Amino acid sequence: MTADGPAEDGSPRTTAPGAAEGLDARLLVERGSFRLDVPLAAAPGEVVALLGPNGAGKTTALRALAGLAPLGGGHLRLDGESLERTPAESRPVGVVFQDYLLFPHLTALDNVAFGPRCQGVPKGEARARAAEWLDRMGLADRAGVKPRRLSGGQAQRVALARALAVRPRLLLLDEPLAALDARTRLEIRAQLRRHLAAFEAVAVLVTHDPLDAMVLADRLVVIEEGRVVQDGAPADIARHPRSDYIARLVGLNLYRGRAEGHTVRLDDGPAITTTEDLTGPAFVAFPPGAVTLHRDRPTGSSARNLWQCRVVGLESYGDRIRTDLTGELALAADLTTVAAAELGLHPGAPVWATVKAMQTHAYPA
Amino acid sequence: MTRLEASSDGAANTLAGGPRRRGLIRPGGSRKPAAARPPAALLLPALIGLAFLLLPLIALLVRSPWRGLPELLTSAAVWQALRLSLVSATAATAVSLVLGVPLAWLLARTDFPGRGLVRALVTLPLVLPPVVGGVALLMALGRNGVVGRWLDAWFGITLPFTTAGVVVAEAFVAMPFLVISVEGTLRAADPRYEEAAATLGASRFTVFRRVTLPLIAPGIAAGAVLAWARALGEFGATITFAGNFPGRTQTMPLAVYLALQSDPEAAIALSLVLLVVSIAVLAGLRDRWMTTS
Amino acid sequence: MASSVRRPGPSMCWAAAGAAALLTLTACSSSGAGGGTTDSDSTAAAGVPSDGSDGLSGSVTVFAAASLKESFTTLGKEFEKDHPGTKVTFNFGGSDTLAASITGGAPADVFAAASTKTMAIVTDGRAAAGAPVTFVRNQLEIATLPGNPERISSLKDLTKSGLKVVLCDEAVPCGAAARKALAAAGLKLTPVSYEQDVKSALTKVELKEADAAVVYKTDVKAAGDKVAGVTFPESAEAVNDYPIALLKDAPNAAAAKAFIELVTSAEGRRVLTGAGFLQP
Repeated sequence: MTADGPAEDGSPRTTAPGAAEGLDARLLVERGSFRLDVPLAAAPGEVVALLGPNGAGKTTALRALAGLAPLGGGHLRLDGESLERTPAESRPVGVVFQDYLLFPHLTALDNVAFGPRCQGVPKGEARARAAEWLDRMGLADRAGVKPRRLSGGQAQRVALARALAVRPRLLLLDEPLAALDARTRLEIRAQLRRHLAAFEAVAVLVTHDPLDAMVLADRLVVIEEGRVVQDGAPADIARHPRSDYIARLVGLNLYRGRAEGHTVRLDDGPAITTTEDLTGPAFVAFPPGAVTLHRDRPTGSSARNLWQCRVVGLESYGDRIRTDLTGELALAADLTTVAAAELGLHPGAPVWATVKAMQTHAYPA
Repeated sequence: MTRLEASSDGAANTLAGGPRRRGLIRPGGSRKPAAARPPAALLLPALIGLAFLLLPLIALLVRSPWRGLPELLTSAAVWQALRLSLVSATAATAVSLVLGVPLAWLLARTDFPGRGLVRALVTLPLVLPPVVGGVALLMALGRNGVVGRWLDAWFGITLPFTTAGVVVAEAFVAMPFLVISVEGTLRAADPRYEEAAATLGASRFTVFRRVTLPLIAPGIAAGAVLAWARALGEFGATITFAGNFPGRTQTMPLAVYLALQSDPEAAIALSLVLLVVSIAVLAGLRDRWMTTS
Repeated sequence: MASSVRRPGPSMCWAAAGAAALLTLTACSSSGAGGGTTDSDSTAAAGVPSDGSDGLSGSVTVFAAASLKESFTTLGKEFEKDHPGTKVTFNFGGSDTLAASITGGAPADVFAAASTKTMAIVTDGRAAAGAPVTFVRNQLEIATLPGNPERISSLKDLTKSGLKVVLCDEAVPCGAAARKALAAAGLKLTPVSYEQDVKSALTKVELKEADAAVVYKTDVKAAGDKVAGVTFPESAEAVNDYPIALLKDAPNAAAAKAFIELVTSAEGRRVLTGAGFLQP
């Protein structure tokens, strides 16, 4: 990774180095033993999601962008303007915080008008502008209400209106849907998607929920332990995960090894036969549903990939049962409840697992 | 001299504990009225403690010269002292607010070398005998004091023996109460609201004025009430630094103390007035401000 | 409040606390230790002259006017030397405060007041044993800054405008005496402060906060070169008698009597007149 951005990741929508428009940053933050080093670039109108497990450094990256955490190094340019030394209050940035942080002593309207007022807009005009934003969010009738009397979804929209009312050139959203219950979340996610689509500047979203990321973002940047592990379009990342974390998130078995033709020899395990023809370091992925389990060694099977395993755990979801296996190859298999019953699966039970080459997917690492 | 301090400190503590104690009792009482009986090991000392705090006040009422009271209380001297007490305590509270709230902010929101030491020094007047405080004020701001001599030489200002001196003495003793109270509230307040305000373009002072201050208003109010109560009961620092002259520097506690030497009945009557005024003001303030905290 | 107190002791302390509310706790605690650790058999050796083997022991608690501090401290040390095994504990303060403490039940053996009026509080409260004896007299003097920069030479000079003068509060003997002297001179003086006792008044001059104070001759003398004294003829009109009395509920009456004897003896006179007091 270079200081100019994640160009070498080959992601399709990376802003060219040195481009004047949009966000171009490399965020370096050191806190104790934790070190964050995240290159980040985005074009105007693009929505980038920082996705990663808890403690990966997503929020730290967001705080560095907002000016709330000091940048230990790297650079931060927005539309060609350097912001490294600009204090938070002078950055053209709007933030939607995880639990919104609406000022409890101000009405919804005054919360939204707060930003424009701080920018020197006269009181009347600031409130008119705020009213307009609330109207756009469908909250015109809640303008005079204090935050504690707003529902979760309403508070989320007020927070978005407040962040947008300062006309930011960079919109930051920290887990914008995490505080909502499942039903509201569905509705607000759709609304947020519309608002983000209409937003003409750069938006950076932090989330640990892959669904939020996939629905809301044009591009995902996956962060683990302070580093970018993958960067690309949502569909691309879902199909070609490059880390266990993503693979688990999108429900894939993922292995890393060295490819020779149609065989990928895993770093510490058996070989997997694939349809792709590759050489060199490679990933192999296949969904749990592609695995077939047998009580005895199958004889007539055409499957090239056959491993002897043992059941570690069983977990049912929907009408399927997810089986965790260990043995020659550690993998997850999905099967129907009926099939699980016929096989007499229980933790410790020995099974044979097969996967057709056709259902695997290999790509260069 | 110090004996008066002991009792006025006690009064301040009672008042401070009042709303908090009520806050603790109320939820427990309403949620489960048939709650387990408090154990005797706690109940007994608690009741003795309560009696200990209330008995002197009740005795004051019992021994009040009720028959001569109207005459005593309508005398101009009493009203003069009471007026001076209320004015100077209020002015001292105002001084404490103007200087103490920013000081509390500095202690709670910034990090500088020696902050712990500064904090300890700020609270020193809490434990310092007020008379010592008064002597220290003379050394600093007296006509011949370290700073006072320049105030006198350059501006012709001398603080001892003036009402301004009373306010200075009271503020010196009362401000730490406010600072401690406000600092505690600031530490408890969520600093992320201030960050949110900063991302909206608010300068640090705007953040303080439009976000921090409203958020900690209950703590400021509580601290101001404490400071006011402490200032109203101030004796040692006042008589040492500002002296004793009716209408100018003789506040109620001084009037009580000096009346005690010649006319104990008058002293009791004056104490009664001070007690009634304190209770009235604190009850009034508590209804308005402290029920939410 | 100042009436009907019979028995000193801790319980009376609390009663007094109740009655006077603001007066109290320290009076009990500061003097209680001395009073509580008595005592020898009080029937023994009453009034025996002091020769070191008189059987006197234990602690004697003396409540004395603030102006007696230096001379009584000296006498206390002499007493302890003459009577090994005894300890003299002093409580110096404004005479009226001390009188209120005594009638309020503070355990004390001896009371030495700076005026007959304050002693009357104690005798009226039937807290004294026998009639008080006047042992010295004190006269007022003007205390000024060292070198007398304001050139004060008479009581009248104190009424000059711009001059900061402190007086004792009229409730305490030195204040009452000053008032008497001013009345005798036909002067009206507005001080900047009425101090709560003579030592506070003097301190204000020592700290140069005030230009002058009307205090006792003895106080001026005790302050050494930190103040300068100016005598004035009107002080003759306001001479204070200092009475001393054994208290009725004295925990250590025998030793207390011996102490009073020392104060009124030739040796006592020598020490007291050395401090600037007048003979009665």
